[in-house]
Amino acid sequence: MPKKSITIALAGNPNSGKSTIFNNLTGTRQKVGNWPGVTVEKKEGHLTANGYRLTVVDLPGTYSLTAYSIEEIVARNFILDEKPELVVNILDASNMERNLYLATQLRELDTKVIFVLNMEDVARQRGAKIDGDKLSELLDVPVVFTVGNRNEGTEELLKTIISVVESDVELPHTRRVSYGKDIEEAVGELSEFIKDKTAETLRHNIRWVAIKLLENDKIVKERIRETAGLEGEGILREAELKRQKIREFFDEEPEIVMTERRYGFVAGIVKEVLKTVSDKRVDRSRQIDQILTNRLLGLPIFVFFIWAMFQMTFSLGAYPMSWIDTGVGLLGQAAGGILPGGLFRDLIVDGMIAGVGSVAIFLPNILILFFCIALFEDTGYMARAAFLMDKVMHLIGLHGKSFIPMLMGFGCNAPAIMATRTLESEKDRILTILINPLMSCSARLPVYILLAGTFFGARAGNAIFSIYVLGIVLAILVGRLFRSTVLRGSVAPFVMELPPYRAPMLKGLMIHMWDRSKIFLRKMGGVILIGSLVIWLLSSFPREVRFSMDYESEIAAINARYAVSMAEVKSELREEIVRERDRAVSAIEAEKAKEKMEKSYIGHIGKALAPVFAPLGMDWRASVAVLSGFVAKEIVVSTLGVLHAVGADETEKSEALKLALKKSGMTPLSAYAMMAFILIYIPCLATVSVIRRETNSWKWTIFSISYSTILAWGIAFLIYQGGKGIGLG
Amino acid sequence: MNLSELREGQTASIVSIQGEGPFRRRLLEMGFLRGTEVYVEKYAPLKDPIELILKGYHVSLRVGEAAHIQVENARD
Repeated sequence: MPKKSITIALAGNPNSGKSTIFNNLTGTRQKVGNWPGVTVEKKEGHLTANGYRLTVVDLPGTYSLTAYSIEEIVARNFILDEKPELVVNILDASNMERNLYLATQLRELDTKVIFVLNMEDVARQRGAKIDGDKLSELLDVPVVFTVGNRNEGTEELLKTIISVVESDVELPHTRRVSYGKDIEEAVGELSEFIKDKTAETLRHNIRWVAIKLLENDKIVKERIRETAGLEGEGILREAELKRQKIREFFDEEPEIVMTERRYGFVAGIVKEVLKTVSDKRVDRSRQIDQILTNRLLGLPIFVFFIWAMFQMTFSLGAYPMSWIDTGVGLLGQAAGGILPGGLFRDLIVDGMIAGVGSVAIFLPNILILFFCIALFEDTGYMARAAFLMDKVMHLIGLHGKSFIPMLMGFGCNAPAIMATRTLESEKDRILTILINPLMSCSARLPVYILLAGTFFGARAGNAIFSIYVLGIVLAILVGRLFRSTVLRGSVAPFVMELPPYRAPMLKGLMIHMWDRSKIFLRKMGGVILIGSLVIWLLSSFPREVRFSMDYESEIAAINARYAVSMAEVKSELREEIVRERDRAVSAIEAEKAKEKMEKSYIGHIGKALAPVFAPLGMDWRASVAVLSGFVAKEIVVSTLGVLHAVGADETEKSEALKLALKKSGMTPLSAYAMMAFILIYIPCLATVSVIRRETNSWKWTIFSISYSTILAWGIAFLIYQGGKGIGLG
Repeated sequence: MNLSELREGQTASIVSIQGEGPFRRRLLEMGFLRGTEVYVEKYAPLKDPIELILKGYHVSLRVGEAAHIQVENARD
């Protein structure tokens, strides 16, 4: 039997338990992506029931369906344009009044609706009883009760969905909000006017369009202009006249009056269906908050949680990271052993496996981090974290919720930027993403350790610390700058609900963690793979380098020379001679590697760019190192090692590299300028690809790359030239 | 008086909301309506934002934003 496909949409307030119901319905058969053109997360799942193939779309959680936030526009447009067969409205039963406000707006759209009263158990604990039959009767909508976190009522909900989809009943046009005589008259007249002018071109419910025009809804106004052609302006003029009349009559904006009327209607329903059965309110959540957002304890506890998350992510994550590292190494060796030597083997082993491996290593961090974040979100603690930190983050023009992504940036910017998914406002998200790389990630630390260790001796710790502080200060300044220019402050106020604490469900946590990690994994096969290959190509081509001397015969000569002396000495001394020989050979090999890198494309590019870096006190070797750092910042160290001919291995501990750096003409001042440059300039490849993914825009990705690189140059220039000016260096 | 002048533990009822259109409307949609009772649950440890209880749920608002909300009949 062929299955009929139907689409249903889940709508509801944030924290109404919508995603739990979504998980209960669809299980792990979910697809997470973005809504086209925006950064709002789109979740879709599938299931089959009664011979139907159901596609369940989880709409963004909203309090209303006006056009003020992207989430609202996305949710509304989906219902209007995709016309799902059914909208399932999840209502938090313990918070009926505010939840019904959205419900009344859904009822105004021409779509079939089911109400799901979720978490009725909580409502009962709080001493409230809800009459579902009465609610169903009052609004003419089927009502189902569920307890999402115990997976109760899911079957019943599915049954109701099927039966409503199968029924052909016309949508009832009664029992909807009445806006009072004066506004209803305006709605009626405007509806007639629209009907006359647009005939059949308008695909939406005309009463709804009239209401929205009276509310001065910008999206609906645009649609009228598009669909009604020349008549459009006439309709908008008529609507403006009606608005003027209402404004004069009520001495208030029409949309404000209409919002109040809707709440009035809701209040009437609540009075009918909600019975307070006991006055004994047990509010466990409030008791928990007496500790977790306590004036004295709140912040220390928050700091502890963050510390614990950091420890788990980076200390616990270090174990699987080293396994992956070993695994990638073994894979490289195995591939190297099987494949015949030559270009193809180098491409696979040094390009693909090493390149993707250097990013795959972050996977444990990402999994653990997203587990912790899912835990914070699902329990309701995330809102408290924002509540505690908002004052601090507001200084940068950010929302309190930006704190966690910013902090995670000190570990690794890639998952930190993915963590901005918890922010609701698009502008907040983009701003947080843009300044996140200024939080110095752990991959940059080895570079600082090398440079500061070489040039600052006992004061290395202070030098490194000051770089971290520089990043934070720049983040504040840049944040404020962007907030007042490219990302002008949004009008949406900080009205943030502090939802009741809930015990998290393991299944939900796992799904949330996996959904986000999957995105990172998919990225590794794409952009990251290609990027690693490009850098590999640039550094390993041209294949045949015309060396300034014959390294091979030099090595052969050394071997021959030592073979002679070995034959002459007693066997006890041979070991010493072998060591001496190996040292001599590896010195020659390092020279060769240096020359090869120097003559590769990336070496040429580095030399060509050297004049750009010269004012920063950086020589061509530093330029090449900085370029190679695009793959991953820690690579800067090994590139410097190669270019200073000390071999790429054990460079961090290597005194040889330190000595070479000192001899190269670098000074403490130029080293510090380079550290600042490394801090600020273009984020690593993994981060750039995550920025692209999360902003969903090349424009912002390129903006991020360019502003950071220009800023890096400017700051390094100021440090170096300024320092020289005042006699340092 | 306005909402940001209330102390912890005080209740008052909303008279009006000042400010720009979208801001006012958003607050209305969250239930900050004329005549609604608001209880000040607590101020954040850094004195900003404020946690309020209205219509049976908890919501936070920045002090600067709460200053746009006129209230009356403040009582402990």
